[in-house]
Amino acid sequence: MIDFVFFLEIIPVLLAGLPLTLQLTAASMGIGFLLALLLALAQQGNNRIVVWPIRAFVAVFRGTPLLVQIFLIYYGLGQFRPWLQSIGIWSLFREPYWCAIVALSLNEAAYGSEILRGAIKSVPRGLVEAATASGMSKLLTLRLIILPLALRQAIPNYSNEIILMVKGTSVASIITLMEVTGIAQDLISQTYRAVEVFVAAGALYLTLNFAIISALNALETRLTPYRARA
Amino acid sequence: MTHFMHLLGLEQGGWGAALLLASGVTLALSVLGFLLGAVFGAAAAAGRASSRRIPAWLAHVYGTVFRGVPDLLTIYLLYYGGSIALTQIGKFFGSAGFVGLPTFATGVLAIGVISGAYQGEVYRGAFQAVDRGQFDACKALGLNRSQSLRLVIVPQLMRHALPGLGNVWQLVLKDSALISVIGLVELMRQAQIGAGSTREPFIFYVAAAVLYFVIAAVTASVFRYGEARAWRGMVHA
Repeated sequence: MIDFVFFLEIIPVLLAGLPLTLQLTAASMGIGFLLALLLALAQQGNNRIVVWPIRAFVAVFRGTPLLVQIFLIYYGLGQFRPWLQSIGIWSLFREPYWCAIVALSLNEAAYGSEILRGAIKSVPRGLVEAATASGMSKLLTLRLIILPLALRQAIPNYSNEIILMVKGTSVASIITLMEVTGIAQDLISQTYRAVEVFVAAGALYLTLNFAIISALNALETRLTPYRARA
Repeated sequence: MTHFMHLLGLEQGGWGAALLLASGVTLALSVLGFLLGAVFGAAAAAGRASSRRIPAWLAHVYGTVFRGVPDLLTIYLLYYGGSIALTQIGKFFGSAGFVGLPTFATGVLAIGVISGAYQGEVYRGAFQAVDRGQFDACKALGLNRSQSLRLVIVPQLMRHALPGLGNVWQLVLKDSALISVIGLVELMRQAQIGAGSTREPFIFYVAAAVLYFVIAAVTASVFRYGEARAWRGMVHA
C-alpha cells in the first residue's frame, strides 16, 4: 500500500528547499536576536520615552498575524517606491527574500526582547550589587555578570523560538519563496497525493526540530554542569 | 486623510463594511476552530493520561506532529487531501472536475487540529496541577468517574488551564489569517481583495493589522475575566 518509490522521488525534491528554510531561519534568528537584545537592554533604563515606543512595537508585532506583517512589508511598502528609491533601500524591499527576512526578524525581535527582558530580570540582584561593590563599571557588569547568566537562562525559551521560526519561514512561500512548504504545496498540486507529501515534508521538519532541540539541550547542559550532576 | 476615510468608510464605495464583515468571519472561524480544538485537546490529554499504551502513543504522536510541522502544511494537507478524496467520490458518481472542500469548514477543521495539539499540552499540565487529594475525595464521596470529572476535577483544572488557553487563543486568531490561502474570504483575504482592486495595499494591510490587534485585545480581556472568575474565593500563592 505504501508507495516507497514515490517517497524516494519526492524526498530529494523537498530537500532542495531545505537550504532556503535554513537560511531564512538563521538570518532572521540572528538579526532578530541582536535587535531583541538591544530592545531588552534599552528597557532597563526605565526611561519612559524609550520604553513606551518599544512596548508598542512589541505589542503590535506579537498581536498581529505574521502573514499581515509580511504582506505589509512586501506589498504595502511597494507603494512608497519613489521614496524608498530616493533613500537607496528599494532594492531591499523589491526582493521577496529580503522582505521575508525583514518581517521574520522584526517578529522575532518582538518575541525575543520579552524573553531576554525576563531573563535579565532573573539575574539575582545580589550579583549585580557585588559587581558594583568590587568596582566594576556598568558595561563590565553587563558583559561579565548579567549577560552570561541571562543568556544561559534564556536557552530553553530560545529553543522554542527557533522551532517557531522554522515553522514561521513556511509563510514566506506565500510570497513566492520556494522553501520546503512551498515545494510541498507544488508537489501536492502536481501529484494529487497530499498525504504522502505531508508525511515526507512533515518528517523533514520534525527531524530538523529534533536536531535543534537536541543541540540546544546539549548546550544548556554544558553551560550548567552543576545541574547535570545533581 | 479624506482619501483614507473614503476607502475604509462604511458608505457606498468604501470598504469598511466588507472589512468588518470579514472580521466577523475571522472571529467565527477562530471561535469554532478553538472549540473543536478543545475537543481534540481534551481527547489528546485523556490519551496521554491513559495507562494503556496505544492511546497514550497516538496522543503523543498527534501532539508532536501538529506542533512541530508548519501550520500552513497542515492546512494544505486537510484542504488538498480532503478535496482529492472528494474529487474521487465525485468521479465515482460521474462528476468530471475538481471538487473543492467548503473552505469555512476546512478552516475550522484545520484550526481545530492545530490548536487541539497545543490545547492537549495545556490540559495535560493543568490535570497534573490538580491536587491528588481531590481524586481520593471524589472516591470517598462515592462519585462515579464522569461525576468526579464534571463536578470536581474539570472546574479546578480550568483554573490552571486558562492562562495557557489564552495563549493558544491568541495563536489561533493569528493562525486564522493563514486560512486565506485556501480562498476563504476572512479578514486577511478581504484585505487582499481590497488592496488588489484599489491598488492601495498599505492602507488595507494596516487596516487588517489594526482589526486583528483590536480583536486580540478585546478577546484577551475575556480570558482575563474568566481567569478572575475561576479563581474567585481562592487565595493566590
